[in-house]
Amino acid sequence: MIQRECGVLKTSYEADMALYPLPIARWTVAVLAVIFFLLIPLTLHEYYLSVANLVWIAVIGALGLNILVGYTGQVSIGHGAFMSVGAYTAANLATRLDSPWPVNLLAGGLMAAAVGAVVGIPSLRIKGLYLAIATLAGQLIIEWTINHVTFISGGVQASIAVPRPRLGSMVLSSQRDMYYFLLVFVVIAIVGTMNLVRSRVGRAFIAIRDQDIAAEIIGIDIFRYKLLAFAISSFYAGVTGVLYTYFLGIANYEQFQIGVSIDYLAMIIVGGLGSVLGSIFGAIFITLLPIVIRIGMESFGSVFFNPQTVLNLIPNLRLMVFGALIIFFLVVEPDGLNRLWRNIRNYFRIWPFAY
Amino acid sequence: MPDELGFFFLLMSNGVLIGLMYSLIALGFVLVYKATDAVNFAQGEFVMIAGLAVALAMSAAGAPLWVAITVGLAGMIAFGFGLERVVLRPLIGRPVIAVVMATIGLASVLRGVGPTFFGAGTKTLPLPISDAPFVIGPLFIPPIQLLGAAVSVVFLSGFGWFFLWSRKGIAMRAVADNQQVAMAMGINVERYFGLAWAMTGMVSALGGIIWGNLLGVDINLSLVGFKVFPVVILGGLDSIPGAIVGGLIVGIVENIAAGYVDPYVGGGTKDFAPYVLMILALMIRPYGIFGKKLIERV
Repeated sequence: MIQRECGVLKTSYEADMALYPLPIARWTVAVLAVIFFLLIPLTLHEYYLSVANLVWIAVIGALGLNILVGYTGQVSIGHGAFMSVGAYTAANLATRLDSPWPVNLLAGGLMAAAVGAVVGIPSLRIKGLYLAIATLAGQLIIEWTINHVTFISGGVQASIAVPRPRLGSMVLSSQRDMYYFLLVFVVIAIVGTMNLVRSRVGRAFIAIRDQDIAAEIIGIDIFRYKLLAFAISSFYAGVTGVLYTYFLGIANYEQFQIGVSIDYLAMIIVGGLGSVLGSIFGAIFITLLPIVIRIGMESFGSVFFNPQTVLNLIPNLRLMVFGALIIFFLVVEPDGLNRLWRNIRNYFRIWPFAY
Repeated sequence: MPDELGFFFLLMSNGVLIGLMYSLIALGFVLVYKATDAVNFAQGEFVMIAGLAVALAMSAAGAPLWVAITVGLAGMIAFGFGLERVVLRPLIGRPVIAVVMATIGLASVLRGVGPTFFGAGTKTLPLPISDAPFVIGPLFIPPIQLLGAAVSVVFLSGFGWFFLWSRKGIAMRAVADNQQVAMAMGINVERYFGLAWAMTGMVSALGGIIWGNLLGVDINLSLVGFKVFPVVILGGLDSIPGAIVGGLIVGIVENIAAGYVDPYVGGGTKDFAPYVLMILALMIRPYGIFGKKLIERV
């Protein structure tokens, strides 16, 4: 990931595809693990940990969406709705059956996967723009259904309070507990995605993305793999929804509206389509963007504007910067932050020995 | 029974008039798609920005109506040209998701720009027509809807003529059909891309004025953009008659649904029914009623 590969010669495909490309990579991962498992949670304030938790939730969702959009090449503007499916499944199970969180998490993910696969069925016949509009319709229809069917939404407010997750007798209530809880799933999601995309299934996804007709000719069952991509991606989304519900302590459809779908698309575009590291970069970037804008405006905005203007400006500024960033990355750097990172890394790869 | 029938006709007439006004907005979408194969997810925001500009010109600058409308039209045409040059041209030849996301990003920018530079409050956009509806038997027809429908019909037929008979329209169809051949025939493809976006800007400005008068001008005006997709999918993405027919279908369906289903489910059917219809259309006939049949099956 960040190590220099000077003087390394690979002689087999296995070596080239390995998760740890170099012996030193284990050390890099170990250092990162120390930073994220010990340094950050034990030193940062609760508020910053809650921000970190939001980032972790976004990382899982962005990884899932990238499997679908980045690796398989199928567009989805319905991921917010898939998250809400997971969230409401888990919330209903938790409140009605009092089931433990692992069951809810799995059920939420599987339910979202099933719904996602159904929404993905049109992808057999249609693609590109039509698929984008079909998934947009899926988003609006799921939103409407959750909002109007009281069996799912649990009443007028369409919000269900869920109890905190428990580990044995310990209730995970503080942000620090949630941090560890979420980080475990982030690690599983990252390793799972990295392994998925280098497996047979992941190769099939990439073949479909690059040239679907050729993929079918070499024997890939397009329909099956497209639906599988939708299901896996929606599973991630459902898990994201469940984790977000546990993080907030409440399931509410307003947290999963179309803006969320667009946020996640923005993450993978800004981060880099078809890249695990890019999904992580994008999730961090887009989650922190509104927070940085708010803090920046609250600190320095009053130099230029009066306080009331600053308050009005913050949400609008967020929208403008957000949209402008999407356009900027699409026009100027289509491979996203991941490419910028690779450029930096490649520069230092054999440094200081030129050539 | 006559009351029942009267209610039905009321819903129908309302649906037809609203549907034609949807067609006007959908026309902006179709124009761009037809000429450049690009999709505009910011169509609703175009309408909002145009409405805001006209309303601001009238209220703050105190300009008379025709000046405000001219300013709005000119502004949106310039905006269309500029947008094509800066954002869309670099994206030619890139995957669909790139253009989709670029216009979604643009929508976000416009949503931020609107309240920041034009003020956040809801503004009125008064037109010199009365509010009193025409009453014909059981039908109540507000004049603004009639005006909107008339403007829609005029512009839809105008653009229909433009594409069928005018020199520029034929050139634009050639560009849409095959960019490389059009280029070889001496057509300046990029200029026609710009022209298509400018025409979309103009149509959006008209939509902004009419819808702005009907709903009031604020950020929520952009929500009419969500109605564009059912309209264009039903009618066919690249077809002007399709925009009319799709608009009529969506207008009628949502009014009938709102009239007969809403009492049972507690509202909201209006926004929901067109999308169900659209999903069905996508499964049965994805290229729409009049669209060109160019769906690859893999």
